Amino acid sequence: MGSLQSSPSHQDYVDLAEKTGFSFEQISILHKRFKQLSHNEDKLRREHFGQITDLHANPIREQIVEAFFDKRNFYQEIEEPVSEISFENFLVVMSNFRPPSDNMSQEKLVKVRKEKLRFLFNMHDTDKDGTITLEEYRHVVEELLSYYEALETETARGIADAAMLEVASITRGHMEPDEFYEGITFEHFLKLLEGFDIESRMNIRFMNMDTTTLCKLECRNKVCSE
Amino acid sequence: QRRAGGRALGVDLFVIFCVFLSLLYGSRAEVPSKPTASVTILPPIKPDNGPQPYPEEEKSNLPVFTMNYPRIQIPFEITLWMLLASFAKIGFHVYPKITFWVPESCLLVSIGLIVGGIMYSVNEKPPAVLTSNVFFLYMLPPIVLDSVFSLYVQVLWFAVVGTLWNSIGIGMSLFAICQIEAFGVQDINLQENLLFATIISAVDPVAVLSVFEDVSVNEQLYIVVFGECLFNDAVTVVLYSMFSFVTEMPVVEPVDMFLGVATFLVVGLGGMGFGILFGFVAAFTTRFTSKVQEIEPLFIFMYSYLAYLVAELFAISSIMAIVCCALTMKYYVEENVSQRSCTTIRHVVKMLSAISETLIFFFLGVVTITTEHEWNWGYILFTLLFAFIWRGLGILVLTQIINPFRTIPFNTKDQFGMAYGGLRGAISFALAFTLPDNIARKHLFVTATIVIILFTVFLQGISIRPLIEFINVRRTNRKTDTINIEIHTRLMEHTMAGIEDLCGQWSHYYWKDKFMKFNNRILRRILLRDNRAESSIVALYKKLELQNAIEILDTASGDISAAPSIISLQEEKKNSTKPKKKFLAADLKNMHDILSKNMYKIRERTVSYTSKHALPNDNQRREILIRRHSSIRRSLRPGSFQTRIMPKSQKYFSLPPGESLNSRFPPTRQSFAGDPHAQETMSEVAYPARRSRFGNRSSSGAMMPLHRLGTLKEVSSVDFLNESERGSTGRGSQFRPQSLRRHLSADDNNGLADEMRIRQVEEEEEEEEERPQASQPPAWAAEPRDETPRNPLLRRPQWNEKK
Repeated sequence: MGSLQSSPSHQDYVDLAEKTGFSFEQISILHKRFKQLSHNEDKLRREHFGQITDLHANPIREQIVEAFFDKRNFYQEIEEPVSEISFENFLVVMSNFRPPSDNMSQEKLVKVRKEKLRFLFNMHDTDKDGTITLEEYRHVVEELLSYYEALETETARGIADAAMLEVASITRGHMEPDEFYEGITFEHFLKLLEGFDIESRMNIRFMNMDTTTLCKLECRNKVCSE
Repeated sequence: QRRAGGRALGVDLFVIFCVFLSLLYGSRAEVPSKPTASVTILPPIKPDNGPQPYPEEEKSNLPVFTMNYPRIQIPFEITLWMLLASFAKIGFHVYPKITFWVPESCLLVSIGLIVGGIMYSVNEKPPAVLTSNVFFLYMLPPIVLDSVFSLYVQVLWFAVVGTLWNSIGIGMSLFAICQIEAFGVQDINLQENLLFATIISAVDPVAVLSVFEDVSVNEQLYIVVFGECLFNDAVTVVLYSMFSFVTEMPVVEPVDMFLGVATFLVVGLGGMGFGILFGFVAAFTTRFTSKVQEIEPLFIFMYSYLAYLVAELFAISSIMAIVCCALTMKYYVEENVSQRSCTTIRHVVKMLSAISETLIFFFLGVVTITTEHEWNWGYILFTLLFAFIWRGLGILVLTQIINPFRTIPFNTKDQFGMAYGGLRGAISFALAFTLPDNIARKHLFVTATIVIILFTVFLQGISIRPLIEFINVRRTNRKTDTINIEIHTRLMEHTMAGIEDLCGQWSHYYWKDKFMKFNNRILRRILLRDNRAESSIVALYKKLELQNAIEILDTASGDISAAPSIISLQEEKKNSTKPKKKFLAADLKNMHDILSKNMYKIRERTVSYTSKHALPNDNQRREILIRRHSSIRRSLRPGSFQTRIMPKSQKYFSLPPGESLNSRFPPTRQSFAGDPHAQETMSEVAYPARRSRFGNRSSSGAMMPLHRLGTLKEVSSVDFLNESERGSTGRGSQFRPQSLRRHLSADDNNGLADEMRIRQVEEEEEEEEERPQASQPPAWAAEPRDETPRNPLLRRPQWNEKK
């Protein structure tokens, strides 16, 4: 591996590759990017994310950034709230977007699918209580629609409400009069998106070539607004 | 009962067959005169005989009755042929199972074969309708236009490179075969072989697509075949014109090959340029057509056709031009023109293309029997063989090339699906049939093309469905058209775009974002009357609401009465002491209340969200109301609803009829209870909101034009109610002033007046229903309790607290 020019040792690379499934090239590219984002520090903080100009147009940037600081996505036990992440965490979060390989077994695919869905679910579930409540759902829909000024928040809410009703009718079927739907649990979430082939869609082709040089990282001094 | 149905179907089929036969004979009687268009032999048919025996009389007297058949002959016969083909189409759909297993093209060809057989037995010539000019100027544009209008992003790769690959591969191989003396076809030179190869490499996967759609194969495969379907027609036609130009040259020098490539580029790119230009002009024009809606669709057709003709004028790819024109304008036009025009456009395009294709397949059958054939076993069989081999090889090689660039590579099954989907179709036949006459072996080419088409359409077309199901190609569930999936798709896309930004890596999401930004900032501003961007979630929402509304209409009597039936049953338990008749009246009241609430919503939905334009909505709205009213009337017949218990409304995704988001606010509900005019009060409360929203939204653009009905309004109005109710409980009162904002334009007044009228009708009816049971306590007081089971989510107790 001739690309081991930066700090992690070869052994680190092997470990990371094992853990995340990325190739060495991809890891080294991502590492470069990591350094670029963190200004050559070892840890990445929230304000670093705020400096990515391309991200500013993204309506759900908050959630995306938050996903990187969400300890549920690291697959390890951390007690205190995360304020900075290491390269390893960065990679682990990124690895949710790895395309499944062609010769994957059926069970493996199901697992990948579950992980990807879990990632989305965690993005919704901002208070981390294991259910997506209507308020959380509304929030996401509002953000998704916030780009379009033509829509008022009521509309977004109406959509979220309708979506929630749909969830209730899909997951519960007929409900008793006294019941109320308290929120989407992960099981319901799985059921809800049964037909959604996320395993073949939520993928990013991590390049083997370095394109970071093309990427502009202006606004270095700009402080993260959100 | 089922057997009776089957018998009825059989009778239907028989009747249609009879009609069909009589028509067939009718057309056969006319056919003799067909050659007059080209050959000028006037066969002795009655209409021509008519005037001849009495020439003097005609001079002296005023003719009381004359027939001038030659005058109308050509359009008359064309009409008859079209009718015949159309009847055939009806016939197929009597038995849906036939079209399920056998592609429609097969059936059309079969009918054509039968007709051709009859014509052959009485020595008729095939009609001279299908000439090169007719085909290229009249029949091809609708087919292409249709495929563009019904399709989205394509994958050019297989279309362009695949067709080139096939043409050149087959052409070269056939040329090699021609060198073998035993076949006796040494006189076919390379150019002619290439030309022929081009013709038969036009894959027409329409039949395959319908199969793919039915078994819902995975999206990537579908899109690739879809793209191929569209663009290889274009590529083939371009290649065809190029090669037919080359074949006319006496000597081909190496330079000509390069010139050929250059021509190809000029022809293709030129067409593209013209297309985009016309597309933008068309989009810009439709910005101003709102006052002349009756000719709106005409603009679309005329611009497309103009692009086609102008491209033809400059001998550049007219297909490319019309494709690009339609693609460019489609997006903008659909937002600019009214819903009705949009429907018209789609219908007309669909109709034209369907008739063109039907005719071509039909003629294929006829021509197979009636034309002169030159049968050369060697050449034809090898053509067939090469067509297979090169298609397979092409798919194999091209997927190998393309796979590294794909996130999800094509696997072997996908490749097989693509390769096997290589049916040859209408375009091939039309191109072969319109070959210039100076090609010596034209008959051989036509024969070979027909053989290939028949072989692929019949054998592959029929066997592809079982095969696809057998090898279990990756499938995707494309039926789940739910809001949740749309939201999550969107969420996922945004997330991915965000992650890509984070990685500093770009892929198509990046470019999609960039283009959308450019589009929203500049293009939409210039080209759209109302340039507010719209999210696909809202569009989907509208679509679903529209479906909902339509379903309510379709299943009106069954469905609408389903909701009240529960109530009625519960009522029965509670008030069982009451006399039966009165009880029924209470049910009626219940039902009516629920219905009128529903209607109110539907109308309201209609008004607000989509109101790009008040005008086209009105009738539709009124129609819905009328139809709903009639359906109420139907279901008001005593007892008619009591048997239906099953709440069919469950399947509605959001607001089943009879339910409303209102029910999440029990407090207000309770305040309504006991007040006989509560409903009126409610609508009055809602009314200003409706009006204000109507003003606000009156120009919001609709991305999916079909969704004029679609109706965010309901929810938002309910939201208004929520707010007002919340206001009454001390919450959310800040929303009220906002919603009370009024923007009243002329359109709005128009719409309002109409709405008022409808309201009046509705209220009249309400009164009518109320009279018989004035003494009855408002039965719908029980309604919230009964409704809520179906949307318990909305009854969540801490609702207000959480907000």
